[in-house]
Amino acid sequence: MTLVTLLLLAAALIGIGLYGALSQQSFVMLMMGLELILNGVMLAAVAFWAYSGAGAPEGQLLTIIVMAVMAIEMAMGFALVVAVFRGKQADTTEALSELKQ
Amino acid sequence: MEHSIAVDIAFLLLAVLAVVAGWRVFRTDSMVRASFFLLVSFIAVGAIMILLAAEYLGVAMFFMMAVEMMVMALFMVMFMMNPAGLNPMMMVHQHRLSIVAGGVAFVILAAMALFSSFPADPLPAGLDPVHSLGEEMLGDSMLIFESAGIVLLATMIGVVVLSSHRGRYGAAEEGSMPPGLEPGGDPAGQPEDDESGGGHAHHHHH
Repeated sequence: MTLVTLLLLAAALIGIGLYGALSQQSFVMLMMGLELILNGVMLAAVAFWAYSGAGAPEGQLLTIIVMAVMAIEMAMGFALVVAVFRGKQADTTEALSELKQ
Repeated sequence: MEHSIAVDIAFLLLAVLAVVAGWRVFRTDSMVRASFFLLVSFIAVGAIMILLAAEYLGVAMFFMMAVEMMVMALFMVMFMMNPAGLNPMMMVHQHRLSIVAGGVAFVILAAMALFSSFPADPLPAGLDPVHSLGEEMLGDSMLIFESAGIVLLATMIGVVVLSSHRGRYGAAEEGSMPPGLEPGGDPAGQPEDDESGGGHAHHHHH
């Protein structure tokens, strides 16, 4: 367990998350991709805190902030999914095309 | 930071678990199972955080993600057409582009991890991570911490507004009619009247 291996793991999680966020049609699966990206970001932040930041408390605080961002993303995402589903019975990105001409 | 071989083995297993579970999220037929795979990935990362001596963050991750993924699984059951995975399903678009983008992101980030030199500045010997985090949150960085709380409150209000059926003056959508795409045209974004092309026309790629 070194800084490099931890960052490689974080990079793998971010890569998988980016693939999911770009490829999934369902809104909720798309949000899972975003969550996976933030998972990698948090791991990288903790890795830097432990190996290269001399345990500066701001490093842990950054991770807490990312966790809050994650909760906000999740709550707002679900609320938007509910609103879109009520309006259009749509649960995939392809169903929203009124801005397309 | 000195650690034993057992920590290395645990890290290796947890890293493989995190990546495999993360990958399975987008490869399983059942959406409920997908959310539990995501939970497994998060728990593996939380355990790695505990290995890194960030106990508070690791445990917070367990609790937060357990609740979040249960909510997600409930959502899947409520809204999705195929929550149980009874028939094979692969709902993707721009698939090749996404694979390339994910691969390129991994290669670039991995190259940065491998070829840049970060300062080696490990945790000091007598550090109590939970104590120092608490001092920071309620000390120097209190403003940031409190702002996060205010943002969460704003999120709660916004979520209620977005998801409520009715506002103070009746139904939220009443009387609203979007303009047409060309002048004098039909309102945009209205459901089509014909029965053949219904709302749930998903693409099934195999």
